[in-house]
Amino acid sequence: MTFMETVTTENSVGKTWGGGNEPMGASYGKLMMWFFIVSDALTFSGFLAAYGFSRFKFIETWPLADEVFTHVPFMHGNPQPMLYVAFMTFILIFSSVTMVLAVDAGHQMKKDKVAVYLFLTIIGGLIFVGSQAWEWKNFIKGEYGAVETKGGSLLQFVDKDGKRVALESFAATLPEEREQLTRNKGRWFMDEASLPEYSVAEVQAGFKSHPDLLIRTETINTEKHKTILTRSESELRLTQATLVVEGANLTRNEYGSKLFADFFFFITGFHGFHVFSGVVINCIIFFNVILGTYEKRRSYEMVEKVGLYWHFVDLVWVFVFTVFYLV
Amino acid sequence: MSHEHVSNTKRIWTVFGILSVITIVEVFFGITKPEFLHMNNFLSMNLLNWLFIILTLVKAYYIVYAFMHMEGEKSVLRYAVILPLIFLVIYLLFILLTEGNYVFEVFKNSTIKWNF
Repeated sequence: MTFMETVTTENSVGKTWGGGNEPMGASYGKLMMWFFIVSDALTFSGFLAAYGFSRFKFIETWPLADEVFTHVPFMHGNPQPMLYVAFMTFILIFSSVTMVLAVDAGHQMKKDKVAVYLFLTIIGGLIFVGSQAWEWKNFIKGEYGAVETKGGSLLQFVDKDGKRVALESFAATLPEEREQLTRNKGRWFMDEASLPEYSVAEVQAGFKSHPDLLIRTETINTEKHKTILTRSESELRLTQATLVVEGANLTRNEYGSKLFADFFFFITGFHGFHVFSGVVINCIIFFNVILGTYEKRRSYEMVEKVGLYWHFVDLVWVFVFTVFYLV
Repeated sequence: MSHEHVSNTKRIWTVFGILSVITIVEVFFGITKPEFLHMNNFLSMNLLNWLFIILTLVKAYYIVYAFMHMEGEKSVLRYAVILPLIFLVIYLLFILLTEGNYVFEVFKNSTIKWNF
């Protein structure tokens, strides 16, 4: 009896803890991919919620996304809100489709089909990362330029129809030269960012000689547009200008709230890095498929696992798209 | 095990169609911004933003359930992944957005001008 009991216990111990059990109906690797995704999703939620916090904090002055992201390739000077980022969204959704088709082909052990679909997924990922780089380039370069006041608020320039006017189209050229301070001209800790193309005095002089120009502040009015000042108010505001801002960096940007560019760089950058890692991982799996590793293993589960990651990257983009470009 | 080795190609393309249509609708509303949606609020958020958020959640559902094949997993796994996320995200958003709004009001109603 005692002997019997021992045997039974040992057997059941072996069965429960000896490995090979799948209480959640998924293999170890797949389960860990799911839990990695949970933690990564929480990381992204933290970032997006922090963005929401800052936006609510500056709700009256936050930049309007459809005025910032208006660039479309080959359509310079013709602002098109949403179109380019919609294209990027489609690329990513479509690469998700090819990925899920690769997983599907893997279930049927069709090696060539898996390889083709995985290849298409990699191409889609590369197009997306490339598009994002282009978007960053436009964001960093800026289009119109603005000035910052002593108190830290941003002033943009518009004509009498409310259309944005670039600094270069009105700024005067004054006979003044200021050299950029670099380390070799001062102490080792003394330097500054590259100087903007125009000085504050040049912008002020140009504004004076163009009586049609007005100043647009960051404040959003009841019609959900940025407030445009009258000419006399504009002249008064411009006397407080201390800095010319062109494009965007981590300190200030020509679009409005300083945090806006920080969050843009950080969140789309973190997502872009995920896409890049996804492309690298997909490439590794692609070569394994070509070499027949999974054919020998008689299972294409590895494709399924990277598929989970790839879909997750798409999932995050869906939220980034909404939070940055729509809401 | 949940791996019936049947082809789901038809379902995949259907879901792709749904996701595309939703994205097109989002972009359409994002460009046109209809007045009656954009100017009317519900629970201190305008209807247009409600629409975007709901459509986003629908998209997220299809990506997770169809593409990540969550619909084929055991319910233990489904809930182990989804419930903590839903709970924690709602909690975090509630805390941070409420706090952000509070800080906004403190700045707005204070006697010190902080940005001018």
